[in-house]
Amino acid sequence: MNDTSQNRLDRRFAALKSAGRTGLIPFVTAGDPAPELTVPVMHALVAAGADVIELGMPFSDPMADGPVIQHASERALAHGVTVQRVLQWVRAFRDTDADTPVVLMGYLNPVEIMGEKDFAHAAAQAGVDGVLLVDCPVEEDETVAPLRAAGLKRILLTAPTTAQERLDRACELAEGFLYYVSFAGVTGAGRLAVDTMADRVAGIRRRSQAPVAVGFGVRDAGSARAIAAFADAVVIGSALVERLDGAGDATEAAARVQSFLAPIRAALER
Amino acid sequence: MKPSLSIDDYHAWPDERGRFGPYGGMFVAETLMAPLAELRDAYLHLREDAAFMAELDRDLAHYVGRPSPLYLAERLSREVGGARIVFKREDLNHTGAHKINNTVGQALLARHMGKPRVIAETGAGQHGVATATVAARLGLKCVVYMGATDIERQKINVYRMKLLGAEVVPVTSGSKTLKDALNEALRDWVTNVDDTFYIIGTVAGPHPYPMMVRDFNAVVGREARAQVLEQFGRLPDAITACVGGGSNAMGIFHAFLNDREVRLVGAEAAGEGLASGHHAASLAAGRPGVLHGNRTYVLCDDDGQITETHSISAGLDYPGVGPEHAFLKDSGRAQYLGVDDDEAMEAFHRLCLTEGILPALESSHAVAQAIKLAQALPRDGLVLCNLSGRGDKDVHTIAAREGIEL
Repeated sequence: MNDTSQNRLDRRFAALKSAGRTGLIPFVTAGDPAPELTVPVMHALVAAGADVIELGMPFSDPMADGPVIQHASERALAHGVTVQRVLQWVRAFRDTDADTPVVLMGYLNPVEIMGEKDFAHAAAQAGVDGVLLVDCPVEEDETVAPLRAAGLKRILLTAPTTAQERLDRACELAEGFLYYVSFAGVTGAGRLAVDTMADRVAGIRRRSQAPVAVGFGVRDAGSARAIAAFADAVVIGSALVERLDGAGDATEAAARVQSFLAPIRAALER
Repeated sequence: MKPSLSIDDYHAWPDERGRFGPYGGMFVAETLMAPLAELRDAYLHLREDAAFMAELDRDLAHYVGRPSPLYLAERLSREVGGARIVFKREDLNHTGAHKINNTVGQALLARHMGKPRVIAETGAGQHGVATATVAARLGLKCVVYMGATDIERQKINVYRMKLLGAEVVPVTSGSKTLKDALNEALRDWVTNVDDTFYIIGTVAGPHPYPMMVRDFNAVVGREARAQVLEQFGRLPDAITACVGGGSNAMGIFHAFLNDREVRLVGAEAAGEGLASGHHAASLAAGRPGVLHGNRTYVLCDDDGQITETHSISAGLDYPGVGPEHAFLKDSGRAQYLGVDDDEAMEAFHRLCLTEGILPALESSHAVAQAIKLAQALPRDGLVLCNLSGRGDKDVHTIAAREGIEL
């Protein structure tokens, strides 16, 4: 037995595969719409059928994000959200949920300033399973070696523009899951071309060491179902963040999560 | 301070990964890796192409107005009471600053790569103007991203860009300044990679930009080195230039990097003083981090969030700096010192009154540093200062600061 079999991400994707189900990976920005709502929202996501939770670590300069997630990051930072607080919320979530994998998504600078080693250690201790750093491509893999050393999965991105040689490298290094960016653009834009995506994703799935999740531009049950036909999991972010904006308390936030995710979850079951 | 790097040949950098020692690299979203590779390959190819380089040289001579003069400022030197100060007159270029050296080069590259649309970020508006200028000349569609705060501060340059046919897009995210304009330009590029060329205005950003922008500006140092040898029969004792992102400083430093006896000093914007926290001195007061696609010195808080900067000159108001400067700092080859708003203003007036030259506020930081260097040297010493831009654009800012209504 190797250590990786113990990771929640691997267990979860193995379970999805044997059940023949498509995974649902919702994204929320930590600390948005309000810091006290993050842990309740994470539990609400699970109750609404999330298989993996992607939790955004806010950054002052989110260059790959569209306006919705930019503004969510700005709100979170205005609330004083820090990397340490994000990790505290994951720890609090883990008190009552030992199974749902949690992936942190963010940018390199906050990790680099904390120190890759310290961050990796603290994140693993808090119960984080994987880390996706938007601005850290495969070429810069050595930078994040401490993440792997701490048992965290390094979630890699591939895009329609990714050249063959680099795609091969990503497929080889992929762990946890491989995140396929559905189109060339920022998060939340609406230019989904499902037809051209299917072949490409199918090709990646054949070669990747890890399952393939598709994200960017998935907004509703219809787009989620179309993608479910060829992907192991669907990531849904901006549309959910938009829906949560302005939720006043945990009850309201949970209700919004439920009403938003329920039809998507149902669409993925077909 | 003991240098943490030991370097044999400064002209050998960056390496093939775009690294200057530990700095530089390609820290960008996955979608941009392919266009960056395409750009790198195209540039490395055209750099060796005699016809392309001849076209670039023709444009630099007949459109930009190169070579720019090397001017001995006798009255200023006498008044300062130290070594002779000579200026490399980049302020006399077409559009009034060194910025055009780079935009001419990148726009030619865009045309060779078949990209009909160029985008740019701008802070003070000088790079935006220089981009709009070359886009107009080559018939390229041009979109310039500019922070909403900077648009308010630099109305004249906004109008200049519009006159030149560019679309100026206000950026309202984050701090609404240069760094946010750069983020927005990257988002545009990520979305329009097929038909768009991103003309970055400084020696920052992901590889190959720090190398390419440096190369296009290195004509400044090549000319200056030849001119100073011809006029004075010797190399200067010290060279200084202002550093925001650092393109004019890399431009003048580069030809002299292996002349170890020549001291290189970058003048960073110390704003209201380094101790005040209101400054833009990434090298003098920042720490290594990752911003806008490269590892370099950044100004950020303990949580890694990029902090807002302050400088009287919008062109130096940037929380990062080109990675090659980070490398030159750590290797001990160059020093980076802070010049505050008041010192820059004093130098501005001094140059106006002694030489009849109205420098840009950015360049005024370099002038202040040149005066300090000259005062510490004997009268037969020689200080070379890059006068990177002219101050016409700053007249309103200066008048407002001095309580004068125009």
